[in-house]
Amino acid sequence: MAKTLKYAAGLAACLPGSAAFAAWDLNMPVGVTELSRQIYGLHMLILWVCVIIAVLVFGAIIYSIVKFRHSKGAVAATFDHSTKVEVVWTVIPIAILVGMAIPAAETLINIEDTRDSDLTVKVTGYQWKWHYEYLDHDISFFSTMDRDSDRARQLRAGVDVRGIDNYLLEVDNPMVVPVGAKVRVLLTANDVIHSWWVPEFGMKKDAIPGFINEMWFRADEPGTYRGQCAELCGRDHAYMPVVVKVLPREEYEAWLREQQGEGAAQAAASDVTSDAAAQIVAKAE
Amino acid sequence: MSTVQAHGVAGHHADAHDHHGPEKGWRRWVFATNHKDIGTMYLLFSLAMFFIGGLMALIVRAELFQPGLQLVDPYFFNTMTTMHALVMIFGAVMPAFVGLANWMIPLQIGAPDMALPRMNNFSFWILPFAFTLLLSTLFFESGGPAGGWTMYPPLALQMGETFPMTIFAIHLMGASSIMGAINVIVTVMNMRAPGMSLLKMPVFVWGWLITAYLLIAVMPVLAGAVTMLLTDYYFGTSFFQAAGGGDPVMYQHIFWFFGHPEVYIMILPAFGVVSEIIPTFSRKRLFGYDTMVYAIAAIAFLSFIVWAHHMFTVGMPLAGQMFFMLSTMLIAVPTGVKIFNWTATMFKGSLTFEPPMLFAIAFLFMFTIGGFSGLMLAIVPADFQYHDSYFVVAHFHYVLVPGAVFAIMAAVYYWLPKWTGHMYNMKLAKLHFWLSTIFVNLLFFPQHFLGLAGMPRRIPDYSTQFADWNLVSSIGAFGFGFAQLLFAYIVWQSIRGGAKATDKVWDGGAPQGLEWTLSSPPPYHSFEVAPEVK
Repeated sequence: MAKTLKYAAGLAACLPGSAAFAAWDLNMPVGVTELSRQIYGLHMLILWVCVIIAVLVFGAIIYSIVKFRHSKGAVAATFDHSTKVEVVWTVIPIAILVGMAIPAAETLINIEDTRDSDLTVKVTGYQWKWHYEYLDHDISFFSTMDRDSDRARQLRAGVDVRGIDNYLLEVDNPMVVPVGAKVRVLLTANDVIHSWWVPEFGMKKDAIPGFINEMWFRADEPGTYRGQCAELCGRDHAYMPVVVKVLPREEYEAWLREQQGEGAAQAAASDVTSDAAAQIVAKAE
Repeated sequence: MSTVQAHGVAGHHADAHDHHGPEKGWRRWVFATNHKDIGTMYLLFSLAMFFIGGLMALIVRAELFQPGLQLVDPYFFNTMTTMHALVMIFGAVMPAFVGLANWMIPLQIGAPDMALPRMNNFSFWILPFAFTLLLSTLFFESGGPAGGWTMYPPLALQMGETFPMTIFAIHLMGASSIMGAINVIVTVMNMRAPGMSLLKMPVFVWGWLITAYLLIAVMPVLAGAVTMLLTDYYFGTSFFQAAGGGDPVMYQHIFWFFGHPEVYIMILPAFGVVSEIIPTFSRKRLFGYDTMVYAIAAIAFLSFIVWAHHMFTVGMPLAGQMFFMLSTMLIAVPTGVKIFNWTATMFKGSLTFEPPMLFAIAFLFMFTIGGFSGLMLAIVPADFQYHDSYFVVAHFHYVLVPGAVFAIMAAVYYWLPKWTGHMYNMKLAKLHFWLSTIFVNLLFFPQHFLGLAGMPRRIPDYSTQFADWNLVSSIGAFGFGFAQLLFAYIVWQSIRGGAKATDKVWDGGAPQGLEWTLSSPPPYHSFEVAPEVK
């Protein structure tokens, strides 16, 4: 059945033609982390449970609509309750719910387990940009929407936004993490509540002033993953993208060195930290 | 009280004018104490707000028609989403149900009027002032509220000079709702016709009775929350400001302790309406009446212990997330029972498809779809994806538009001939039904896809990958919006004239209840002699 849906989705995606971006997307991305795959699995499980119930219930309603028409001479029966049936359709849903709650609880426990992380990045939400701080390496920077998007997004800018790569989803300085490392994200905010969301990682979490929230992800494939602020944070809420670059280990280390070279950190200190980075990555493997 | 006595009493105080007829001119409406007049005013007010709120939604959908920012500034966009919600919830849906309660509860329980007619007048007349205050914020330089209808601090504390007007408007709406609720409870508890025990009441009355308790329980909580916002803003308190030792998440807990029961305040009377209509046009008694009542009560109880499912992403302890996931999932059980029982009512019935029945059946389908997405949202890990995305927008619009609003329309089409004494244009009403149903799905179904693909809610502009479904959704919005003009026309036509409605109105169907024993329209003062219920 999952296959059928895939084909149906594929078919629907082909219909309008414009294949440049998956514009007629119907479903949640499977994502590139263990958690996102578990979440996707849960999502599909509940979806199919709902579809099956829908087929049964809507089937019964449609059957009644077709079969018991006054105009076709249907005569109404006189029954108006049945304790037996009502007990049945109270108990069965409870059983289904328990069946759904168990895998959901397992995944939730996994999500909440932020132990043994390889790298911790503190993410602070500002109106309207993100600040990333690598707690283990003296690196920190702001991440703001890129200039092309910013020009095009102005009211009546007269720019064809379709001509812009990753319109509204591109930043000047993306967050960079090594592939395969368990990244712990600490979230807070400096003004109002924001929410850090990358759909491919399966997770979002609020960044709240005065609180430090935790979440984690472990991206399995190198690539660039994009998301947005998900909590209304004022006028430019739509314009604070989240971009995470997942790099192979060597490239990540090179990036680290480059960052530290740019920063005030001394060469000696930088050696120590990149050693630490190598250890982190080694542990992740 | 007999008619003769009523004459005698009235003779002492008010001899000048006709005791039995309405007052003439504006006095009839401004000084209204008659439940039918007040009900009419509530319903017309709600219709006006439905169009104003709808216009705001169309501005939102027009901006979202294609990527890029074409029409409005992002701040004004946020104002529109915020005001659309406030106007639709407090101005359109809730007053519509209070209007239905005013008209129908006395007629259905055989009472001559609502128990507290002057308070009834007061609770209605607060509303035009509250909404004038709220809507006037749009004309101030600093603009209307733009922090979302949930008004989460600290963002809400960045509002401009119209902030206190918004807060005070919400206080007024709350006061109005509480008075309406008290009136319903006192009426139902004290003025039922002899013989009408609680478990003989029509389900609409049951739905409203329970709703009224919810209102009394939670409206003061909302008032408290927004008052604390107000003192944070003006008097230097720090209830919700982290910098002063306050807690922004606490606001969300308090707000949703109000907010979740509020959701059911908007749907329990709808359950009642549908439970009246389906049996009538199935020519069969409601399946499992007792269970239906208990299910409403169970849903109302559960509504108090699920609030934090609106805020799974704020970072609650694992145990908290588990609890709110399980309690939320439990709601599916009584709700499922209701859906199954309505289906069983239709099963082996003898069905006809007059406009009220069409809307009731559409409610059954589409409310269930909203229920399914609600169940999906309850699963915490999946909610981490769904939360604050368009999936949520699709979900709550499915339960509120083809849910609550369709139920209100079903109710209007069901009782309108009783109120006006005229049948309405059935053909037009069916056209209105089909247009509404097709466009409402075009409008909201694609929003599920948008949310799953990663589009956050409350954004005026989006990445190009979301362009296609947004275009479809906007087309649906305009279609749905314009179809409602037809609704207003049909109602207006029926007020003006048309074929005489019989007492029973639905002669072919099997309408139950005391309202059908009265003439159409019912006399200005009905049931002055209480009917006997066996």
